[in-house]
Amino acid sequence: MTDQQTPVSELRSIPALLARNVARFGDRPAYREKEYGIWQSWTWSQAADEIRAMAVGMMDLGLKPGDHVAIIGRNRPAHYWAMVAAQMCGAIPVPLYQDAVAEEMTYVLGHCGARMVICGDQEQVDKVLEVERTIDAIDRIIYTDARGLRKYDHARMNSVADLQDRGRKAADRLGPMIDAMVAGLDYDSTCVMLYTSGTTGKPKGVVLSNRNIIETAKNSSDFDHLTQSEEIVAYLPMAWVGDFIFSVGQAIWSGFTVNCPEGAHTMMTDMREIGPTYFFAPPRVFETQLTSVMIRMEDAGRIKRWLFKRGMDVAHRAGPSLLDGKPVSWGDRFAYALGRIFVFGPLKNTLGLSRVRVGYTAGEAIGPEIFDFYRSLGINLKQLYGQTEASVFITQQPDGQVRSDTVGVPSPGVEVRIGDNGEVYYRSSGTFVEYYKNAESTASTKDPEGWVATGDAGFFEKATGHLRIIDRAKDVGKMADGSMFAPKYVENKLKFYPSILEAVVIGNGRDYCTAMINIDLSAVGNWAERNNIAYSSYQELAGHPEIYGAIKEHIAEVNKSVAQDPMLSGCQVHRFLVLHKELDPDDGEMTRTRKVRRAVINDKFADLVGALYDGSDSIHTRTEVTYEDGRKGQISATLRIMDVPVFGDAAQAKVAAQ
Amino acid sequence: MNSMTSDGYITADGRQIGGKLMELKNITLRFGGVVAIKDISFDIRQGEIRAIIGPNGAGKSSMLNVVSGFYHPQDGEVWFKGSRRQPMKPHQVAGHGVARTFQNIALFDGMSVLDNIMTGRLNKMKAGFLSQAIWWGKAEREENENRAVVEQIIDFLEIQNIRKTPVGRLPYGLKKRVELARALAAEPQLLLLDEPMAGMNVEEKEDMSRFILDVNDEFGTTICLIEHDMGVVMDLSDRVVVMDYGRKIGDGTPDEVRNNQQVIDAYLGVAHD
Repeated sequence: MTDQQTPVSELRSIPALLARNVARFGDRPAYREKEYGIWQSWTWSQAADEIRAMAVGMMDLGLKPGDHVAIIGRNRPAHYWAMVAAQMCGAIPVPLYQDAVAEEMTYVLGHCGARMVICGDQEQVDKVLEVERTIDAIDRIIYTDARGLRKYDHARMNSVADLQDRGRKAADRLGPMIDAMVAGLDYDSTCVMLYTSGTTGKPKGVVLSNRNIIETAKNSSDFDHLTQSEEIVAYLPMAWVGDFIFSVGQAIWSGFTVNCPEGAHTMMTDMREIGPTYFFAPPRVFETQLTSVMIRMEDAGRIKRWLFKRGMDVAHRAGPSLLDGKPVSWGDRFAYALGRIFVFGPLKNTLGLSRVRVGYTAGEAIGPEIFDFYRSLGINLKQLYGQTEASVFITQQPDGQVRSDTVGVPSPGVEVRIGDNGEVYYRSSGTFVEYYKNAESTASTKDPEGWVATGDAGFFEKATGHLRIIDRAKDVGKMADGSMFAPKYVENKLKFYPSILEAVVIGNGRDYCTAMINIDLSAVGNWAERNNIAYSSYQELAGHPEIYGAIKEHIAEVNKSVAQDPMLSGCQVHRFLVLHKELDPDDGEMTRTRKVRRAVINDKFADLVGALYDGSDSIHTRTEVTYEDGRKGQISATLRIMDVPVFGDAAQAKVAAQ
Repeated sequence: MNSMTSDGYITADGRQIGGKLMELKNITLRFGGVVAIKDISFDIRQGEIRAIIGPNGAGKSSMLNVVSGFYHPQDGEVWFKGSRRQPMKPHQVAGHGVARTFQNIALFDGMSVLDNIMTGRLNKMKAGFLSQAIWWGKAEREENENRAVVEQIIDFLEIQNIRKTPVGRLPYGLKKRVELARALAAEPQLLLLDEPMAGMNVEEKEDMSRFILDVNDEFGTTICLIEHDMGVVMDLSDRVVVMDYGRKIGDGTPDEVRNNQQVIDAYLGVAHD
């Protein structure tokens, strides 16, 4: 999408790109928002007028270059405009999460020293007024939705309409200053500042320059051939880097239309009405959608269910291959075409995904069956890997090379290398400038050559060049022979079986890996009931020979798939036992968010770990348990330990050792 | 209510309340031999939130039905907007700017939320049958105008996501909100709410309270409501009428009513003669 008329060198800021869009496709829709039941739309020219009025208004209200402008609200054109308007004043937009409580907001607003705050509605205004009691930097609040705010003290508060009125009145006086300011923006000026969510410590303000945003937008738009005719639905939090790249960066670079839903609850209906061609959603969204489809299918009549099943069988067989351009038999092609008319076409339409040309998911591992479901419908759903510090893109999957277990190849303009400890590092034009007012963290994250540590461990597949993320780097260790030990990678594969609730893989510094398994009482209990297996306690069910047999099969299957990866084949589970109690946060074995605490488990079950490695067939153990009322008790059990077949090189090594 | 004059008064939170929108003088309502309302007088002023409370069977709903014009009292006078109101049909009452919601939700279950709210605009539609049938000219223009008003209300009550959902599929709390929307669609000067919070959980009550206050604040609608939840009534209303056994036993601000011995007796119970 490089422009022929305007030299690229001049397109070094978002406002400059906006001006280019007005010149190139001024009459095309830039923003749409559903309000009062109707899609209101603004062309690029109209949007530019609105933005300019805002910018002049902001300047008139005393906004100075280098000031920070916080934006708190749902996805609305006015909020996107406010961000561009702030840039036109030389100020820095800082979108914040709208569901943050006042205390969280106090830290962030205090940290960036925002002088102007754009609030979506009364709720946000109230929070900011509360914050204002402890912070005095804020001297102006602008609100978009006036409802309930009529009686507030307006000495230092304006509506957006009022702001724009001011701007239009002062256009002659301040217009030239705005033009000068925009002309002065270059690749090194700050484009936006985004706060990381702060799951570890205080939120950090990630400063992204125009270079970061525009180069990333350019490269990623080229990668997926995005044009001005794309439609996206802006529904992800504005404070998230992804929304900034999709709805501001790429939208303004490619000149496509950003559609804002009426509200968070109308998202599905609005999706259906717009039919986006470019769509991003975290795995959770796809998962919920699939579940609701499945539930509704189960409630449907027999004929519909039969049709759906037949359709989906064909789709699973032929859909992904057709998407990837692989050969498909004529019979399947015909069946797929029929299925598209009767089953997946209408289904896609219901989901609002009929027109999706490029879809992405990221953020966490997506279940293969969920991923495959959407792919088989003919939706080009791909995965990407990124983070705020990278302006999103680190790797992404090219069309035709899509799999559920990789995150793709390095995005254009991004260099990726794997550190000695398996950690993924990247360097790109999108790499953030710094953490705001936090040189220490900047230095520890980004080295002088510009390489940034992701904190994730991964490796490149030799055959395809795709990156695979296996675990958080701090959990990854080495086995006695020096090969990589990635417990979570194997555990995730194990937990994919309904009968396995939790798995703990042990093997750091050892010769081979072993596992402790927790069965899922509801799934296994259900299975026992259907197979007439009587049991009186969790412990008895866990120790049942048939259960052991089934778990052994599951682990063998996992071993087989782990063996496919030469780098990870050392992580195959050689021996396992089924625990006699459920791992429980009350006993300190897990965190409250149900993450396994490895150190505690290694310590507490030291005798079991010993038995897993000394070759014994069973072990008698006593374990302390904490009941919900805080009393403590002891349970004792004799656990069996079972060997599991392993595959590939590991199998040969095992034979040799014997 | 020291500052009360015939022109109005200022509420505790600083709102200006106007003159009398409705005045009920010496109302007595009988059903055969049963006296439901005995010689009650009170007024409803422009812009205020007026509550009618009382124990079960006190005659609150009958009183609301007199206010709405559905019941015609045997004795007494109803003055509305400065003139004495003659007995009239319910649709005529609606035409005069009075709308209401019901204790037992009275919506059309099979129709969408949007269509239900549109029925609240029926009084404003003047296009002839033929024009409506072919949906051309005046009918089309009218529908667009009315739809615009309805959409404002949908936005105001935050029910955009259920616009096209049949009312029968909605949970109770939302049905109540849709009923309020329909009443608002008539753009009433006087809005009557018959137990708007009955059967709601705390969160739904908070939402509904917020909406009632917002309606009063944004549209300046005068509201008269019956409610059992004392906390809600005391928080929402500017003035309260208390009824017991068909008689008025108290009238004033929530504080005045709370300290009225007769009211306390009626609620806590005393030995009757």
